[in-house]
Amino acid sequence: MDWTLWVEWIVKGFVLCLILLTGFAYLTLYERRALARMQIRVGPNRAGYQGLLQPIADAVKLIFKEELTPAKVYKVVFVLAPVLTVVPSLVLAAVIPLGTSFTFFGRVITLYVANLNVGVLYLTSIASIAVYGIVLAGWSSNNKYAMLGGIRASAQMISYELSLGLCFAIAIVMSNSMNLVDIVNAQKGMWFAVIQPVGALIFLIVTLAEVNRAPFDMPEAEQELTAGFHSEYSGMKFALFFMAEYQKMIVICMISATLFFGGYREFWFLKDTFLSVDRYWFLAPIYLLLKVVVLLFFMIWIRATWPRIRYDRLMAFGWKVLLPLSLVVLFITAAGILLEQELHNSIYFYSIPILSIICAMVAVVFIYRDLRRKSNGRV
Amino acid sequence: MTSELIVFLVLSLVAIAAALGMVFSRNAVYSALFLVLNFTTVAIFYLLLGAPFIAMSQITVYAGAIMVLFLFVIMLLGVESLAPSKSLPWQKPLAFSLAVILVAESVYLLASRVQPNMMVTAPGIAVNSMDNLREMAMTMFNQFLLPFEVTSVLLLVAMVGAIVLTNREKVGRK
Repeated sequence: MDWTLWVEWIVKGFVLCLILLTGFAYLTLYERRALARMQIRVGPNRAGYQGLLQPIADAVKLIFKEELTPAKVYKVVFVLAPVLTVVPSLVLAAVIPLGTSFTFFGRVITLYVANLNVGVLYLTSIASIAVYGIVLAGWSSNNKYAMLGGIRASAQMISYELSLGLCFAIAIVMSNSMNLVDIVNAQKGMWFAVIQPVGALIFLIVTLAEVNRAPFDMPEAEQELTAGFHSEYSGMKFALFFMAEYQKMIVICMISATLFFGGYREFWFLKDTFLSVDRYWFLAPIYLLLKVVVLLFFMIWIRATWPRIRYDRLMAFGWKVLLPLSLVVLFITAAGILLEQELHNSIYFYSIPILSIICAMVAVVFIYRDLRRKSNGRV
Repeated sequence: MTSELIVFLVLSLVAIAAALGMVFSRNAVYSALFLVLNFTTVAIFYLLLGAPFIAMSQITVYAGAIMVLFLFVIMLLGVESLAPSKSLPWQKPLAFSLAVILVAESVYLLASRVQPNMMVTAPGIAVNSMDNLREMAMTMFNQFLLPFEVTSVLLLVAMVGAIVLTNREKVGRK
């Protein structure tokens, strides 16, 4: 095999890791500043201009903190768990296309690490592996709170993985491919979020549950479980969990952007202008970055404004609302595309968003009635 | 070929070690983790053979979903470490004789079927292309539709059975 290919892979992997690590550092700052704005505070603004050096200060503090290992933990698993949490969050990004390609000294360099034809399956398999780190952290700590947090986290992630998989299937059906590059290119004419808004919305909700973010952050509910699965962790090991959570946020926003919001492509109505990524390759990563920043802002916004959902309601929401709704939406999408292909009538295609929105409204009405019944008409 | 052979040898060592670790560790959680490691190595074998779809499904279904449920049950029941329990008297002889039969069968099959220069080679690049995935789906949903559906019914029956068994008390009380 060509040695330059090896160099290219290594450099790409290294750059991707650096992007994610820097992204993690500045996402913490972004979140703290944004939360502070929403709560009418200032937030960290002392280290560097507008607090830009704050992540570095945090990192130095965490590195030099004392690292405690409680006496009765299961030592091997206790050390292994943070690693098992961080690694999936990093390797998940390998199949996400960051852009098209450019020529560098006569060599075409593509802006993705791996172009798998089963890219979407790769995402689901790595996402399902990611549960282990949290479960094992909870168990190996030998602490009831940590254990409960770990079990809650795993139950929640397994339950919401079903709807996540169905949302992946929606994107696969619409693009007719499992390859993420093909999925992005299929959105050249129109983003999937426009054709299938309900699918995109379900995906965004489910990803919140998958990364254990508010309002689904029951595994870390501090009033009930101290800090959940990472109660016993300190110093760098805690930092690894922290890092994994924020990297997962970034990666999952990249995935949402790729599957439903056009990936690295421009807005669909800009496709033949000079702002198109086909014209200038360097626009592609910028578009992706903008989309990720906007999606991350939504995550932070939700955290700032919504209270935690109760655990039984979280499970009921996942199993009784999101799963049937995503099944129905997948059916509508597949049927619409098939009917359009067979009968050559685009009315079936345009009925996809309308029918899905009607189904989503029915689901909302059911939730409302259920809540009203349970609280004896006080809602 | 040599690099593939090295990868294969290392992986098979890992797989065998993981399997042995699963059988011999006294802690149920460690056993489950060894089994996950074993499933992952098997997935990499599939990758080596040029079947990425099967490899990914292996990880998603076995390592991801089923083993997490196993861990879940082990942790909820709190049966992490087994006390050295007394086995039934007929258990050991039966296990030994079954194992001997299995080994004898596999040795006989290996000796009778394998020719000296017969070797399993990885199929070419064509397997890796998207057409392969499509073809696989076509075969599965056209030619083998009935077995596929029957399997899913089987899974459904198992699920309904679990629900019925756990719900029995409540029904009895009413």
